[in-house]
Amino acid sequence: MLYIPGNNPAMLLHGGVYGADSLLLDLEDAVALNQKDAARILVRNMLKTVDYYGAEVCVRVNHLDTPFGMDDLNEIVPLQPNAIRYPKTETIEELDRLVQVITEIEDRHGLPHDKMKIHIMIETALGVQNVFEIAKFCKRVDAITIGGQDLTADMNIKNTKDGAGIDLARKMIVMAAKANKIDAIDTVFVDVDNEEDLRIETQYIKELGFNGKAVINPRQIDIVHEVFTPTEEEIRKAYRIIKEFNRNKALGIGVFAVDGKMVDAPVLTRANYVLELAGVDSDAI
Amino acid sequence: MEIVKKAQAGSFESSDVLVLIEPVEKGTGRKIEVDSAVQRQYGDQILTIIQESLDEYEVNDIHLVFNDKGAIDTVIKARLETAIKRASNAQKGTMY
Amino acid sequence: MQNSLGREIPEFIEGYGKTEPFSGAWTKLKKGEMSEITIPPPNKAKLAHQTKLTPNLEEAIAKTNPHDGMTVSFHHHLRNGDGLLVKTLDILAKMGIKNITLASSSLADCHTPILKYIADGTICKVWTSGMRGEIGKAVSEGAMQLPVIFHSHGGRVRAIHTGEISIDLAIVATSAADEEGNGTGTFGKSAFGSMGYSIIDMRYAKQVIVVTDNLVEYPCYPLSVTQNFVDYVVVVDSIGDPTKIASGTTRITKSPIDLLIAKHAADVIEHSGYFVPGFSFQLGAGGASLAVAKFMRDKMKRQEIHGSFLLGGVTSYCIDMLNEGLFKSVFDVQSFDAMVSSSLYNNKNHIEISAALYANPYNCGCMTNKLDIVVLGALEVDVDFNVNVLTGSGGYIRGASGGHCDTASGAKLTVVVCPSIRGRISTINQRVQTVVTPGESVDVVVTERGICVNPAQPELEQNLLKAGLNVKKIEDLQQEVENIVGKSKPVEYTDKIVGVVEYRDGTIIDVVREIKH
Repeated sequence: MLYIPGNNPAMLLHGGVYGADSLLLDLEDAVALNQKDAARILVRNMLKTVDYYGAEVCVRVNHLDTPFGMDDLNEIVPLQPNAIRYPKTETIEELDRLVQVITEIEDRHGLPHDKMKIHIMIETALGVQNVFEIAKFCKRVDAITIGGQDLTADMNIKNTKDGAGIDLARKMIVMAAKANKIDAIDTVFVDVDNEEDLRIETQYIKELGFNGKAVINPRQIDIVHEVFTPTEEEIRKAYRIIKEFNRNKALGIGVFAVDGKMVDAPVLTRANYVLELAGVDSDAI
Repeated sequence: MEIVKKAQAGSFESSDVLVLIEPVEKGTGRKIEVDSAVQRQYGDQILTIIQESLDEYEVNDIHLVFNDKGAIDTVIKARLETAIKRASNAQKGTMY
Repeated sequence: MQNSLGREIPEFIEGYGKTEPFSGAWTKLKKGEMSEITIPPPNKAKLAHQTKLTPNLEEAIAKTNPHDGMTVSFHHHLRNGDGLLVKTLDILAKMGIKNITLASSSLADCHTPILKYIADGTICKVWTSGMRGEIGKAVSEGAMQLPVIFHSHGGRVRAIHTGEISIDLAIVATSAADEEGNGTGTFGKSAFGSMGYSIIDMRYAKQVIVVTDNLVEYPCYPLSVTQNFVDYVVVVDSIGDPTKIASGTTRITKSPIDLLIAKHAADVIEHSGYFVPGFSFQLGAGGASLAVAKFMRDKMKRQEIHGSFLLGGVTSYCIDMLNEGLFKSVFDVQSFDAMVSSSLYNNKNHIEISAALYANPYNCGCMTNKLDIVVLGALEVDVDFNVNVLTGSGGYIRGASGGHCDTASGAKLTVVVCPSIRGRISTINQRVQTVVTPGESVDVVVTERGICVNPAQPELEQNLLKAGLNVKKIEDLQQEVENIVGKSKPVEYTDKIVGVVEYRDGTIIDVVREIKH
């Protein structure tokens, strides 16, 4: 998930070429206060004309409590990007208001209510505490992301390299997302020249259960992809598990082993997930 | 729309354009100055877009300076819209 | 008349003469020998212990019989740091010499002062591999009466053999030399590395002046240039500024688009079928092409594939790969930074070669013919895969032919890397403004928006598709880019020819016309 500053024509124009799964056109923190209108108009125009080569396109709007949030939504919602990303969410009341505003705009334009998704950003301690309720609030919310920079500021702690201060928040957010069967996306890694620590952090958040990670520079995309892409060995094993499962199912055998290890339901689920990431159609096996 | 104050939009970055607008006396018409990195290839097209945008917002009297670093049409339109809205006080929700 | 690429070439061009149209990269060479007569090089005689040392450049030049209509040659290894070309012309102009033919192996921004000599008739004709900046702009706008003739590095050697370029005076810069004119570029305060382009000038010029800012005890070695071709030796304070050789071209780019293109190019090479142990390799300096080295290095290490030799213009990145054992040897016709010079001096596997051995099509085999893979840049590519590396957006001359067509023709796999859009200008077009390298020599074009394989290489296309790379038809990419930037108005030219582009075999592949301004 690549962040693209909303007032930068060159980056908005070329953002789709880097192979990010998801693009985040940002009207919020990446745009100076006196350029909010310019970015809004620019992003609106670019959404209409630029080919992002099938990447998921999200727009991060400003919060409705700011003077910009309502204008952002009025301009962007009619264009129905894949998702609206809503920053600094703390309570379900805020979320409720957001959904109402979006729905009204969609009604005005005769648009459906189920196409455009909402990604919620948790960036405060209060938000972290309420994250389970937020994640479960409505079906349109299909991803929760953590905003590490703002969260450390809100907690008045230093943003350390090992992320110790936001570790609990990360885990709570993953848990809330998983409990509601939606995606959890991790925060950005700001030191773009430090590839090694980006790799370590990505490996860690993958182990925690995050489904992806936001990046601020195209150079970071490959590293995140490499970490999240299953290794050839993992894919082969998953393939064998599914193949064995299908064979045994046909024979009416419920319990079997692959490489001397018992295959049960969780192992199957995991194998299916690995194949999905690898782009292998498990039905065809 | 009536241009009531000076305004600008855009930047000198590559692929962007800086649009400067200032009010002129009513009835003086449109004074447009275009300087583009791609003048030879896109100069005529740029002028057409400017005129069309001014038509769209019904701006008849204006001094517009257009300094282009290779912006594509959709960016040009966005910057013109922003500048015109700013200069005519039509843009809300922005802190200057 | 039209050449085989459909380019309109007059049968006769004032200042060039009768033209022979380009008819295919190998058509002429298939004959196995050059049809044109080779002019004999001069043979001189010197007496034992006669001195060649001359107090200054003025006196040395005065001794070489300077005359109106003479041809004076230079080598461009010091690139934008060269301190001798303008100085020499200052001297010749002061002597009142007119109608000089300037034959430099290339021209850089630092040579801009020659514009005044073009204006006042001191210089009337120019042979070069390329030009940029103010010189390119002035020539494009018709500053010269006679067209500039652009040659490739290999083609220049051929043109000297045939006498098309008949050098009266060669000025040869060395960073170390002795009193007899043995010299090198590999050490000294102004070390600039290989002297590959100057070897041919020394052999054929009627008069040769070796200039150095570092006179060493006789004999000076390594013997990049040798005394048996040298008439005079001059010691100056400085031959130029070697820190300006690189001018930003030898660092790996941080531009995300260039890095992306480079990564795609490395993927193309990996899956092309040519990435096998013992492969030979060349890559251009600067932008995406140099960045390809970074990704190739990783792939070579990871897959433990070691190459044979690196060729061409040599950057410090090449030296790193040599020192890591990824390649066995480097053959160097031009060095791009100080680290390369010291490697050339110290490492026996880093070998200096002449432009003739590097790329001359008319000998018993140049090294570009032994290349497996070359990665080259482009200002513009068209749907027939023709490449322009000479004229930029707006039709202005701002590039160089260099070794582009030499290496592209020789290599088994020619990869051209360029962004599909520069600013608002499309790089993939219906028809390039100027053809330097014919499409038949280009196998694959790699951009950030897709990879286009020459239809003449269906097997390569299959290999890349199988690897899951983003392969597109070049016509589709051209259309896609045009949809983004909008259709541009074609550049308007007058009928006046300001540049003649010689293909490496001496045929005319294209001409450059004056821009309406």
